[in-house]
Amino acid sequence: MSQLFHPSSNAIAKVSIFGSVFFVGFAAWVLLAIERSSYVTQAQVVVEQPVPFSHRHHVAQLGIDCRYCHTSVEESSFAGIPATKTCMTCHSQIHTTADILEPVRESWQTGKSLEWVRVHDLPDFVYFNHSIHVKKGIGCESCHGPVGEMALTWREHSLNMEWCLECHRAPEKFVRPREFVFDLNWKAGKDKKTLSDSLVQAYHIESLTNCSICHR
Amino acid sequence: MKEKDIEKNTTLTELSDKFGQKYGKDYWRSLEALSQTEEFQQAVQNEFKESPVEWENSLNRRHFLQIMGASLALAGLNACTKQPAEKIIPHVIAPEKITLGKPLFFATSFVLSGYACGVLAESHEGRPTKIEGNPEHPASLGATDIFAQASILNLYDPDRSQVIKNIGQFSSWEAFLNLLRTQLEAQSGKNGAGIRILTETVTSPTLAAQLKTFLKKYPSAKWHQYEPVNRDNVKLGSQLAFGQYVETQYHLENADVALSLDGDFFSGMPGSLVHARKFGERRKVDGHHAQMNRLYAVESSLTLTGAMADHRLAMKAGDVLTFAQDLAYQLNATKEKSQHNKGVAGKKWMDALVRDLKSNSGKCVVIPGEFQAPEVHYLAHAINKALGNIGKTVRYTKSVEASPTVQNNSIRELTDDMKNGLVEFLVILGGNPLFNAPADLNFGEKLKTVKTRVHVSPEENETSEWCHWQIPQSHYLESWSDARAFDGAASIIQPLIAPLYASKSFHEIMAALNDQAGKSDYEIVREYWLSQLKKGDFERSWQIALHDGVVAGTAFPGISPTLRAFNLAPQEAEKGLEVVFRPDPNIWDGRFANNGWLQELPKPISKLTWDNAAIISPASARVHGLENGQSIEIKRNNTSIKAPVWIVPGQANETITLYLGYGRIKTGKVGANAGVNIFPLKTSDGKWSASGISVKATKEQVELASTQDHGSMEGRHLVRESSLADYVAHPELFHEMGHEPDPEMSLYPPYKYDGYAWGMVVDLNACTGCNACTVACQSENNIPIVGKEETLKGREMHWIRVDRYYTGDENNPEVAHQPVMCMHCEDAPCEVVCPVAATTHSDEGLNEMTYNRCVGTRYCSNNCPYKVRRFNFFKYADYITESAKLMHNPDVTVRFRGVMEKCTYCVQRISSARIKAKKEDRSIQDGDIVTACQQVCPTDAIIFGDINDENSRVAKAKAEHRDYGLLAELGTRPRTSYLAKLRNPNPELIES
Repeated sequence: MSQLFHPSSNAIAKVSIFGSVFFVGFAAWVLLAIERSSYVTQAQVVVEQPVPFSHRHHVAQLGIDCRYCHTSVEESSFAGIPATKTCMTCHSQIHTTADILEPVRESWQTGKSLEWVRVHDLPDFVYFNHSIHVKKGIGCESCHGPVGEMALTWREHSLNMEWCLECHRAPEKFVRPREFVFDLNWKAGKDKKTLSDSLVQAYHIESLTNCSICHR
Repeated sequence: MKEKDIEKNTTLTELSDKFGQKYGKDYWRSLEALSQTEEFQQAVQNEFKESPVEWENSLNRRHFLQIMGASLALAGLNACTKQPAEKIIPHVIAPEKITLGKPLFFATSFVLSGYACGVLAESHEGRPTKIEGNPEHPASLGATDIFAQASILNLYDPDRSQVIKNIGQFSSWEAFLNLLRTQLEAQSGKNGAGIRILTETVTSPTLAAQLKTFLKKYPSAKWHQYEPVNRDNVKLGSQLAFGQYVETQYHLENADVALSLDGDFFSGMPGSLVHARKFGERRKVDGHHAQMNRLYAVESSLTLTGAMADHRLAMKAGDVLTFAQDLAYQLNATKEKSQHNKGVAGKKWMDALVRDLKSNSGKCVVIPGEFQAPEVHYLAHAINKALGNIGKTVRYTKSVEASPTVQNNSIRELTDDMKNGLVEFLVILGGNPLFNAPADLNFGEKLKTVKTRVHVSPEENETSEWCHWQIPQSHYLESWSDARAFDGAASIIQPLIAPLYASKSFHEIMAALNDQAGKSDYEIVREYWLSQLKKGDFERSWQIALHDGVVAGTAFPGISPTLRAFNLAPQEAEKGLEVVFRPDPNIWDGRFANNGWLQELPKPISKLTWDNAAIISPASARVHGLENGQSIEIKRNNTSIKAPVWIVPGQANETITLYLGYGRIKTGKVGANAGVNIFPLKTSDGKWSASGISVKATKEQVELASTQDHGSMEGRHLVRESSLADYVAHPELFHEMGHEPDPEMSLYPPYKYDGYAWGMVVDLNACTGCNACTVACQSENNIPIVGKEETLKGREMHWIRVDRYYTGDENNPEVAHQPVMCMHCEDAPCEVVCPVAATTHSDEGLNEMTYNRCVGTRYCSNNCPYKVRRFNFFKYADYITESAKLMHNPDVTVRFRGVMEKCTYCVQRISSARIKAKKEDRSIQDGDIVTACQQVCPTDAIIFGDINDENSRVAKAKAEHRDYGLLAELGTRPRTSYLAKLRNPNPELIES
């Protein structure tokens, strides 16, 4: 009886079997890479806004404190987006005819809110609270990146769960003295380890990783 | 096997056989469970009764692989979707005092049938989301009932009346004002003789003042009051006793012995929350305090009060007067005794009761049911006086109502006037008389004679259909008003949100009638109180009244009316079948028919949802050959209705109880055509029970969605109870009733709790089974409703179910309630079977449910011995209705299809307390976290806290001898434990 398969079938079969393992592995790697890519996470992608607001100008150049606009960041889960009135405290006096500020003036005149596009958008099943992070000495910069350098605002980090857990598992890596939370230029000195250890103790910082800390 | 089939197959012979045997303290939830038919067993074992989608085609292997392959491929791609962009819309000018993300609480009042209950309404960014009790309000004491809890759903009900309509067409407020102008002009010549205003019970001082102003200007106009669940009998009884309408308040905190005469002072009655709290305090037994009050109940249908009673006597409603007459005679309160030889209660029971009451003179109380005859109320007043209870357990004040009226007479007068053509212009402020006026008055027919009819109501109901004008009524969270509580204390009702629709409040309507159109209800209410609060700084008193939710010093002082003599003819025992009418425990007189939370809430005793039924006792069912769900025709005065039978042990024999409010035709999507309309049988004689009826069985079957066997834990010893005397003699007896395996036996390493360890204790001795916890939980945790069809399949989503157990004789069983929620087991069976770690154990002992991980295998639910996990078989949560979105608690995820959910111990409240404490650099103190169920509980039966803190209330409760774990013998080590139930029977009545 003649052979049903050509001898090369053996090789093909072996390659296919081993190859499929690699193929599945590769496919998984691709999926994970896509999942972490800025295409999906939108990290590092500038978000178009009704007014091209520059944090670089307001924060780094003019030196306005974060809390001037984000008023509830120390009290509430939500940091707060400034009311039109907050913009108009200055812009009723300066740049009063600038074209790019037309939507702000329109909102002020019509009483209709500006509609900003959310840059840091967590999924609806995640509950984040700004006030407690600020209180525990986590700087704005730790999550929001170098805001002082952002002419237009983007999301610095992926906001994936693994990213959150980096800090929740090891808060000592990110903690800073409370007085520097809003300081975008703060750098840990040489004795970083001693400082963070003492801060973790002083602020009673725990590593909270139970699911219900964020999901409920 | 469906429930219906089980019911059909349970023959009464089987039951009789079962009852023939002698059994000890066995607990059962239904007669089916008691008889343990094979079908019942099967139904219990089949937890997921039907698959969500029936598979039509036979499935071969190839087809299965195709489908699975496609699903897997698509499942992988699912993660690659981008999140849609979300807008942030800030204020233009930020309002004061609102911090976005932090709720505010405002004191206001919920009003039912005129009586106010103070509440604190939670507001998230201006949206009311949750109702809590107001601890500073005399009628709330921090608790609320199911109606107040569910009232938030009425605000956001998409089926509300939204626009002013004239003959079914959209109209405007201006057009309505034009109409008023012409009508009033036409009437001004004849002093308003053709004008009638019909309201429900009014206790609002402002509204009463407005009505008075109107009647002053139009002296021939008339104001009528009517609502079907009225207190006419209470008023008539008080008239008999004192010649005036007085309000009776019961001080259960001072009562060692209480007797309820066919009433339910734990629910529905003015002051019921206070009764429950004070009664519950006298049921609290701990190591230092081992004394309890004793409750006797004589009643026709099993109520919450009867269920709590140490001694309960099931008796026809019509016999209660005879009973009261004998009791009054034996207590030397009256001179006549009934014609019944042995007494309807039997000599032994009566003698024991009389001795107990006599020996507790001044420390006992007799509370007549609101729906009992006026004579019963008279006798209760006389008995309380004879026993020296006045001023101690019973207190009288003047009537809380602005203008106390016998409402059945009032509506009769109105219909007579309509018949005689005297009414030209009728304004109906609230209510639904076309649906619920006494049937013999033929209100609907007479209404047609009125030339111009205006109806103001929150929904378009049966009455709206027959009125020319329908004006949407503002919800109490949308408008200013005021009302009085059961003790007379006035509260200002303040809104939390501007009206969602073009609605008006009664005050605005009355202002328009008083030539003050355009005046806001705020101005009207404020002006009224400006005229009342004359002492001191008004602005300050006003602000304090708004803040506290009650106007200081407005509670009525006690009065001492003189009891009049009244000779009651000797009564006889009732003969033949009787029907008893009662407001529905969930939808009241029908006004809550479109409230899905209340429709789906299992009713306290029958555990029926979405329907009412003809409640009948097992013995009577046997005599008449009736079975559960079988439709019967009940005929009274040539009118008949058809209603399905529901057999309830504890119901008086030969008594059919019918709950009002169902059978609504014109209401929203939720309530329309649910249940049977009972009102055709109810007449203007004002009686709440009637004999001389006939009943005919039909062959029709109605499928009733009762949850009494859902989540069955199959007859294990779940409720532990004993008498107080036995407990005092052997404090360890509850621990001897079950055996807990050594925690070391677990294969899993033990958890360590260094920080907090959350735990809960439910005191079964205090629980009245009122269901408030279930609704509060539903509101707090965004729990959806599923509808009758799904409830029949056992898919209701409540995170707390209140199990009702019977024990003893089927004709007069003892009852125990047991709220069951997730036990947060230390060794949780659900955690180890989850393939995706969606349910995990936290460092603080919470059994956490992470919805975004759940893939819906349902293994956890299958493995849960308590049956407290709930699965979203479909997308039950409302993602579509705009108004429903506003209602959701923003701190809790709205769950999607395919996700398991369950009690979280209100983890959002734990989180917020943790954050608050951490910001203040302290640890969480006992009492910082109050779960929704704990907060609402009228008897304070639920205690939550940190069991690692020895001084916490919960740790102390867990150290009690009465503490036991549910199914602890399985080794689950539940975190939620129960304090065993105690009863305090009269030693004279203990059967050997």
